[in-house]
Amino acid sequence: MTLAAATDLAAATNEHLANLSNTLIYSAMAVYTLAFFAYITEWIFGSRSKIGRTAAALTAGSAERKAPAVTVKKGGSTAVLERPQVVVRAAAGQRDVPDGPGAHGGDEQGDLYGRIAVSLTVLAFLIELAGVIARAASVERAPWGNMYEFNITFSTVAVGVYLSLLALKKNVRWMGLFLITSVLLDLGIAVTVLYTASDQLVPALHSYWLYIHVSTAILCGAVFYVGAVSTILYLFKDSYESKLAGGGKPGKFATSFLERLPASSSLDKFSYRVNAAVFPLWTFTIIAGAIWAGDAWGRYWGWDPKETWAFITWVAYACYLHARATAGWKGRKAAYLALLAFGCWLFNYYGVNIFVSGKHSYAGV
Amino acid sequence: MSKTTTDPTPPAGDEDLGAAASQLSTAPEDTLNVPSLGVIGWARWFWRQLTSMRVALLLLLLLSLGAIPGSLIPQSGTDETKVAQFRKDNPTLGDVYDKLGLFHVYSSVWFSAIYILLFVSLIGCIIPRTWQFVGQLRGRPPGAPKRLNRLPAYTTWRTEAEPEQVRTAALALLKKRRFRAHLTGDAVAAEKGYLREVGNLAFHIALIVMLIAFAWGQLFKMEGNKLIVEGGGFSNTLTQYDDFKSGSLFNQDDLDPFSFHLNDFQGTYEKSGPNRGTARTFQADISYSVGAYGKARKTIVKVNEPLEIGDSKVYLTAHGYAPVITVRDGKGEVVYRDAVPLLPLDSNITSSGVVKVMDGYRDAKGERQQLGFEAFFLPTYTPGNEVSSTFPALGNPVLNLAGYYGDLGVDAGVPQSVYQLDKSHLKAFKDSKGEQQRKNLRPGQTMTLPNGAGSITYESTKEWANFQVTRQPGSGWALAGAVAAIFGLAGSLFIQRRRVWVRAVRGDDGVTVVEMAGLGRSESAKVPEELGALADTLYDQAPGAPDPDEDSTETPNPQVVPAERPGK
Ligand code: HEM
Repeated sequence: MTLAAATDLAAATNEHLANLSNTLIYSAMAVYTLAFFAYITEWIFGSRSKIGRTAAALTAGSAERKAPAVTVKKGGSTAVLERPQVVVRAAAGQRDVPDGPGAHGGDEQGDLYGRIAVSLTVLAFLIELAGVIARAASVERAPWGNMYEFNITFSTVAVGVYLSLLALKKNVRWMGLFLITSVLLDLGIAVTVLYTASDQLVPALHSYWLYIHVSTAILCGAVFYVGAVSTILYLFKDSYESKLAGGGKPGKFATSFLERLPASSSLDKFSYRVNAAVFPLWTFTIIAGAIWAGDAWGRYWGWDPKETWAFITWVAYACYLHARATAGWKGRKAAYLALLAFGCWLFNYYGVNIFVSGKHSYAGV
Repeated sequence: MSKTTTDPTPPAGDEDLGAAASQLSTAPEDTLNVPSLGVIGWARWFWRQLTSMRVALLLLLLLSLGAIPGSLIPQSGTDETKVAQFRKDNPTLGDVYDKLGLFHVYSSVWFSAIYILLFVSLIGCIIPRTWQFVGQLRGRPPGAPKRLNRLPAYTTWRTEAEPEQVRTAALALLKKRRFRAHLTGDAVAAEKGYLREVGNLAFHIALIVMLIAFAWGQLFKMEGNKLIVEGGGFSNTLTQYDDFKSGSLFNQDDLDPFSFHLNDFQGTYEKSGPNRGTARTFQADISYSVGAYGKARKTIVKVNEPLEIGDSKVYLTAHGYAPVITVRDGKGEVVYRDAVPLLPLDSNITSSGVVKVMDGYRDAKGERQQLGFEAFFLPTYTPGNEVSSTFPALGNPVLNLAGYYGDLGVDAGVPQSVYQLDKSHLKAFKDSKGEQQRKNLRPGQTMTLPNGAGSITYESTKEWANFQVTRQPGSGWALAGAVAAIFGLAGSLFIQRRRVWVRAVRGDDGVTVVEMAGLGRSESAKVPEELGALADTLYDQAPGAPDPDEDSTETPNPQVVPAERPGK
């Protein structure tokens, strides 16, 4: 076989892989759509059951709740001694509200659809992952050389984070619908607006720091995203709880919807943990980027728009973490800061690539 | 919030957590006290405000807001030409921006003010926090609050063991689990997770280290550019640079002594597909030597792989073509022969530049003249596309030349670009039709100038590479600070600081009552879990006693979690 023939064959293989990747991405979108409908069905069935735990906790017997909680014991049972049990109570100044049961609202059929939805999500995730890998194989490099690739990789990682949290038995199933909706949006934009035929990178993008910097950036973005979803729901649930605590009567839809979510304090805690957990990684991402810039452009930090927005995002998340430790800023204000910080992250990705020109340009937007 | 932490009998009510929870972090407390009159009072008040968490938060917010305009408005530090363009397009707005320093945001007065205030606040925050933390390390965990059942995690049981026995066992257990524990009154007080505070302080100190390293680098940095044609060389002295920038404290003697020679430059490009023409590799083969008499060594410099010599780094930043040109006078004598670097105009390296023959040339009448040529170069010329190259590599090179004679104006003392002709004292060579003579040459071809003025020959094509030499002192410190910041941050965010109390007293009926409670800084699920595990171990040493006949039971709490057995 001549050399030319070998290159042709390789090119043909790559083309084949690229087409395979496209097919896989479209299939993943189809399965995500099915998952989306399954989540919707779960929410609809869930609305049949009447749950009012939050309302009960916030309106009835509040005097009783303030009394010191004591370990539960069975009166008069002397034969079997129970081991001590730990009583958990909310800290002073926080509402003591139980978590909602999730989208299915305790409804069996709803729960079934929820499980189907999660299974479909797993399937779609695997297909999408295969699509991303095929894409990477076709270009013989990491799959994030342009915005199309970044988008498909980003949504894969975001779903991966969600499924990992589920696998770790964290209470996150309520997030499914919101996550899958935005994943579909993300993929829709990717295949229509951002699609770029597969190709290799310009020399400035050749560096192992690229792998480190971009892969951690994508992971951080995915986790920040999960945190942001939870923060938004926290804001809704918190106003719902305040309304109830203040004697108000929230609307029927809001009640049905929000009663099924975890308590606002749980949502708040969840988003804090998620954001705090990746913040060091985000710090690392920026530093890795600086090292890469030092190698590629001869300066570690040059206030390039992308660098600047990474810095702004970083400072915004630092603000959020500070707010959580500052009197008068906890709760809703801190939540707004978290959303602002995520907005900065999003702008850094879409806004800067599209509206601002800098050294971090990608081929074919 | 009280700062005394050892008061064993705080008042009842929800405030009784105050003493127990205080100093679980060394965050400054927010005080809004109006100052007592007097300069010192106000100064102290101002300092308190500046170093409060709320103001630190606002300064951080300001810092992020302040960084935004610099990403949207062209900055003179990164792109001078864009700034000039902006000024030309929006003269009034440009003036306003100038006044506000918006063309150099990151060195403007107001941006500096924000971060300097932030760092003053940071230092004012770190010092007292460090002392406070040292005090906490030397002191002991605060004693148990009176009503342990008010704490976020709580458990209790009755046992036949003696209270002293339970307390001793609890103290041993907590110490074994690496709590700092001690006995106060009827209870054991214990605390763990001090590394959180260490991490937090390390992180904030690392920020200061990074800032200082950055500022240091700005003051002592240097950055110079040198364009070298294949076969040419460079030695690291100020005069050899094409352009040179340095920090205000940089000293010429700081230049590392080295020299290098560009043997060959290679660029490869995508040959087909949608990204045809996209660069694949750029590399420069060079020989360099360190010091005045150093041995020459060969190496390759690539785009992402600078050559490091001493504290300097040599980067490959740009490349282009340099046609070798020979100019002869009317008698056929060579008056000029050189490779002329041309500047790329687009991604296919369509290039332009000028050839200047300053001296040695005499025209047909024997009079001294200067010559200038405008050169336009297409590395790959495709017939039909006369104005731009169709591929960046040397496929079908064509050099278009147009000549002038007269006075180049180089002796006037005004600095001139080597890439432009000042045509005010020049006349164009005209062809037989009276139009400017202009010709496309291929390598080896010659254009004869009219009226016996001589000729110009395009011999061959060399490539040039631009090297940027930089020195950034302090970058090692910045990197060390960055690494410390990451580890400090991880410690600060992942380690829980928490307290545990174990009280054992004899109840009214003579049976010992054990109470355990836990408190974390943020409510983490880990605190009750850990408390459960501790209680379970302690329970084995102080097993339960039967309940008294009647018990004041409460409604079951939905959030009761079973104690975990350790090791399972
Ligand atoms: C350069 C600006 C600063 C940055 C980027 C920054 C960043 C951070 C971050 C990311 C945390 C989170 C760690 C945690 O939640 O435990 C933190 C915590 C903290 N920061 Fe800063 N900080 C800055 C300035 C300051 C200043 C000026 C103060 C003094 C008022 C301060 C006081 C604190 C305190 C007390 C904590 C611990 C809060 C806690 O115990 O949770 N920081 N900082």
